[in-house]
Order: sequence, then structure tokens, then C-alpha cells
Amino acid sequence: MMDENDDRSEKNWELRLYVAGQTPKSLKAFANLKKICDEHLAGQYRIEVVDLMLSPQLAEGDQILAIPTLVRKLPEPVRKIIGDLSNTERVLVGLDLRPVA
Amino acid sequence: MATEGPDDFGTRQLPKCPTGIKGLDQITSGGFPSGRPTLVCGGAGCGKTLLGIEFLVRGATEYDEPGVLLSFEETDTEVKQNVRSLGFDLERLIADKKLRLDHVRVERSEIEETGEYDLEGLFVRLGYAIDTIGAKRVVLDTIETLFSALTDHTVLRAELRRLFRWLKSKGVTAIITGERGHGEGLTRNGIEEYVSDCVILLDHRVVNQLSTRRLRVVKYRGSTHGTNEYPFIITSRGISVLPVTSLVLEHSASRERVSTGIGRLDVMLGGRGIFRGSTAVVSGTAGTGKSSLAAHFVDAACRRGEKCLYFAFEESPSQIVRNMESIGVRLDEHVKTGMLRFQAARPTLHGLELHLAVAHEAIEDFHPSIVVLDPVTNLMAAGGLSDVYSMLLRLIDYLKGCGITTLMTTLTSAGAVLEATETNISSLIDTWILLRDTESSGERNRGLFIVKSRGMPHSNQVREYRITDHGLEILDVYVGGGGALTGSARLAQEARDRAEEMLRNQEFQQKHAEMEAERAAIAAQITSLQAKLKVTDHTIRVADSEEELRQAKVAADRDAMAKSRYADQATPQNTRLKEGSQ
Repeated sequence: MMDENDDRSEKNWELRLYVAGQTPKSLKAFANLKKICDEHLAGQYRIEVVDLMLSPQLAEGDQILAIPTLVRKLPEPVRKIIGDLSNTERVLVGLDLRPVA
Repeated sequence: MATEGPDDFGTRQLPKCPTGIKGLDQITSGGFPSGRPTLVCGGAGCGKTLLGIEFLVRGATEYDEPGVLLSFEETDTEVKQNVRSLGFDLERLIADKKLRLDHVRVERSEIEETGEYDLEGLFVRLGYAIDTIGAKRVVLDTIETLFSALTDHTVLRAELRRLFRWLKSKGVTAIITGERGHGEGLTRNGIEEYVSDCVILLDHRVVNQLSTRRLRVVKYRGSTHGTNEYPFIITSRGISVLPVTSLVLEHSASRERVSTGIGRLDVMLGGRGIFRGSTAVVSGTAGTGKSSLAAHFVDAACRRGEKCLYFAFEESPSQIVRNMESIGVRLDEHVKTGMLRFQAARPTLHGLELHLAVAHEAIEDFHPSIVVLDPVTNLMAAGGLSDVYSMLLRLIDYLKGCGITTLMTTLTSAGAVLEATETNISSLIDTWILLRDTESSGERNRGLFIVKSRGMPHSNQVREYRITDHGLEILDVYVGGGGALTGSARLAQEARDRAEEMLRNQEFQQKHAEMEAERAAIAAQITSLQAKLKVTDHTIRVADSEEELRQAKVAADRDAMAKSRYADQATPQNTRLKEGSQ
């Protein structure tokens, strides 16, 4: 439902956002993520939103515990960011887009 | 969320979920609170995880309650490997959809926290796992790991509270394990605050270089429970909690009797031996024949077709077999037929707990109806006095519960008060046979007596016995002026008795002869008198007939004379008249 597939350029950033229903936190996280990606990874990312309410079996694979969780599948290594992604600086650090100051 | 149902009120007992763990259900009077979380906390290596897994395995195999293990520490493979040695085949249970393992890996270095979050993911995972197999049991091991993985403890605490409420609403019986804290709290992060229905504390202590695991029910809301610390052991079949004292004394007492294998000893014990399922102790100083007595007991039982388990703490099986052969008891034959099994181990080989565990296992494996412990005093080497006492108490309780007749031997040290058996186990035992050496007139002799025997009349005599090449023999009692006679004193008494008997016999013979003679004399007299009597009778008869003849002659003469005078015929009237007129 919230899938966004950006096919305009090579997708070297594969991100997966785990949510559980359309809670305010999830919606906020998705909005925050979209904003950050558009700003820093324009055209090179792909976001897949997984709703665990619909497919709970997927939680185990990525070791999901907290909701929302953002998983950076590519590039390796896998990184995880939990929370509503409201702290942009932390998200950038977490995604390895900015060296830790 | 409905946490407290109306069932919690009134006299109705809280619904329980049997753990299936040996002894634990007994302590908790039925198991953990059904549909509620239970906290199991303890230090590292105390068996928390194992308890949790056994809870799941027993649930799946014995109570048809599938379970979910959410492991925060070990991976699925590790968990499977760890419990394989206990005979738990998790793979099969998983394949049968009776069990589900889910390893929750949380690595702080991999996780960045930005802003608000909750643990809905955990709920989803757990909920999914529960729903796929219809789980009734859940184990969270160890959820406190989350405290080191997540920085926002406020959120975490709130979520844990929510989790436990959610588990209750799911109606699953859960075990939450927690690491023992160093401070005041039971757990490092105080999660006992959220799990308030039942708290079990595990502990692993090393005393005198021997480790003992203990379990205590710290709290159990709405239920009675044993409050003591109960030792428990991890055997090759899982956890076994051994209540030191059973909460209830309810072994059914058999009226059946079991022979001791020595006829005369049975006679001393009310004529028929000891009760089945009772515990007998044979105590005595070194070399009084305790093991020999035990061997007789075993021999008799095997002949009756009852299986015996012989715990030897002092001698090796072959040594026992050889030694008993010398008194004519062939134990090797019973070993061959499989009626007798030896379990030999030095007491110092392992701690008391493990001894107990080994004993439990051997008993469960072999199902004997007779158990011999020879000698229990040797266990002192493996533990302190009170520990041995408590171990024996538990063992006896267990054996009684199984209806097994037990014979223990205890060694009394020379010089000590004989009646004070080392471990003061007297109160535990039903029949106490004391063997002792008596020293008199330069020799030692063996005496046997029954100190006590519950529920039957028993002999109060000290009986001398000998160990012969055909077994243990209880001899006759000789009571002299100064007490029972033993050894040569008894032999002397026997000789004296024989001499006296002979003398008495001779005297009697003589008297008998005299009387016979007298009787003969009297008989002779009688014979002569009878002869005399015969003669007299004859004389009387002769005189009588002569008189008759004479009278007849007189009458004839008178008639003749009257005829000659022409007198009338003499008639009675005439005669009378004539005579009257004269």
C-alpha cells in the first residue's frame, strides 16, 4: 500500500521500513524517511514498507523487535534504525550517510 | 485488559498449569499459575533456561500444550544442542508443530535509535508464533537482555508491562527468566515488579567444594506453596526438584511383610519380617556382619522374584559377590538372572546431590522392589552431617513414595554410643536392627537385637548369632545369672545343661526300675492270695455237700425206723404236730 518503487536510476540503496498498522508513529516515520531520502539519496533508493499486521511472519527474518524499524538492506552491512526517524542527524549517522561528528 | 478474573476470589484454588518437572509441581501444589506469567530468576548457570525449556517440552509431550521459546540469548541451534544431552528432541517437536523456537537477536551496535518507538514488533512475532501452533506455553529467555540493547528504559519498562498484560490476555502460561541482580532486587533490572503472580528463585552454591543447586518459591499469589529452599539436580532426564521434606506424609502403608532372609530374624520381627515399603537400618560396628545380613535380605528377595538394587559405597560388586560366597550366599547368580543390580560408587566421587540423582535414575531405570544402601555412613565423606541427613530423608521419602523396601547399613564407630546412629536417622526409619560385639571373658561375640520396629510386636531379646559358611545363624538364647550368655560361656552353659539332663535322666531311670519292682511284688502277692481264695472256696463247697449227704442219711434212717415200727407216714403236718406235742 505504501510501497514506493523508484525506477529512475540504479537502486543501490535498498531500505525496508517495518511498521505495524498505520499508526501515527509509522506514518511519521515514513514521512521522515521519505524526506531524508529525497534530500540525500535522490534517485538512488528504494523503500519497501512491510506491515507486520498483515505479514507477521516477516518479523523474524530481519530480527524486528521495535516498531518502526528501518533496515538498510543495501549497501551492506545491514543497519537498523528504530524509532520514528525524527532525529535526522541520527538517521544519517545510522545510514552511514554522514560520519559521526 | 482483564487481568484478575472472578476466579481469584473465594476458596477456589487458582487454576494451575503443571510444569511436568519432577518435584516442582509438588512444591507449587500443582504447577505454575495457569494463563499467567511466572518469573524464574537466578544467577548464571543455575538452570533457568533449562527449566524453561523443560517446561515447554513437558507441556508439549505430556500435557499436549504446544509452546514457544523466545530466546534472546542463544540461537535455535545452540538451544537444540544444549538440551539434546537431556534427551529432549526439539527438532521432532518443532516438526510436529508442538514447539517453536524464535531467536531474538538484539545487537546494540547495529541499532540506532531515533525518536519514538515501541516493541510492537516483538508482540507481533510472539503473537504470530503463538497463533501458528496454538501455543499454550511461552518462555521468554532472558528478556532482560533488552535493557542492554535499548537505551530508552522508560519505553522498555512500559512495553514490558504491556507485554505481560498482553500475555495474560492471550491466556498463555509464561515463564520469564531473569538474571539475578547484585543489589536488593531479585533481578538486575527489577522486572519482578511486572510479574507479580509467581516468582521462583534458583541458586547455585558451592559449599565444601561441592555444588548444590537450590530452588525457592519466593512468592505465589493465590496459592499455597512450599517456602523452603529445595535442592534440585539436573540429571540426564532433566530437572528434578527434591523436596527436602514432602509437604505431606502420605505414602500408603502396606500391610504386606517381606522376609529378611533369616528365618529366626523374621520370627523376632513379629514372625513375618518387615513391612513392604518400609525402611530398615542395620547398624553395627566394623565386622559385625551388616553386609552379610543385607546379602541375605537380597538373596531372599531375588529368590522370591523381586528385583533388588544394591548401592555399594564401600566395596566393588565383585568383592561383595566373592565375600558373600564365603558365607554361602550366591549373589552372582542373581546378577546373572538380572534380578540383582549393583550400583557402586565411592562416596567422594561426587556430591550428595549427584548421589541422590544417580540413585533416582538407577531406581527409575531398574524399578526394583528392594533397595540396599551399604553403608550410608560412608556418604559422610561427601557432605556434612546435616546434608547427609537431609539427603537420606529425601531418598527415603522417595523410596517410600515408590513403595520400595529399603535396607540401609550404618557403621557405628567403636566406643560411640551404639544407639546414636551417626546421622540420627532413627526418626526416619521403621525397623532398626542393631548388631553389636560383646566382649566378655576374653572373647568377642556378636549379638543382635531389635531397637525398634514400627507397627509390629518384636522380640526384646539380645540374640547371639554366628556367621557360618552357610550364612548368618541366630542361636538359641541362654540367659544366665548375669544376662544372656554368649560364646564359650554359652557353650559351657550348654554343656552344663547337657550334664544335668543326663543326671536327671539316670535318676529317673532308677526310680522307674524301683517302682517296677514294687509293682511286681504286689502282683505276686495278689496271685498267691487269689490261690488261697480258690482253696478256701473249694473247702467250703466240700463241707456243704457232706452236710447235705449227712442230712439225707439221717432222714432215710428215720424213715426206715418208722417203717419198722409201723408208724404212719411222716408228713409235714404229722411231723410238726408230733414235734409240737413233744
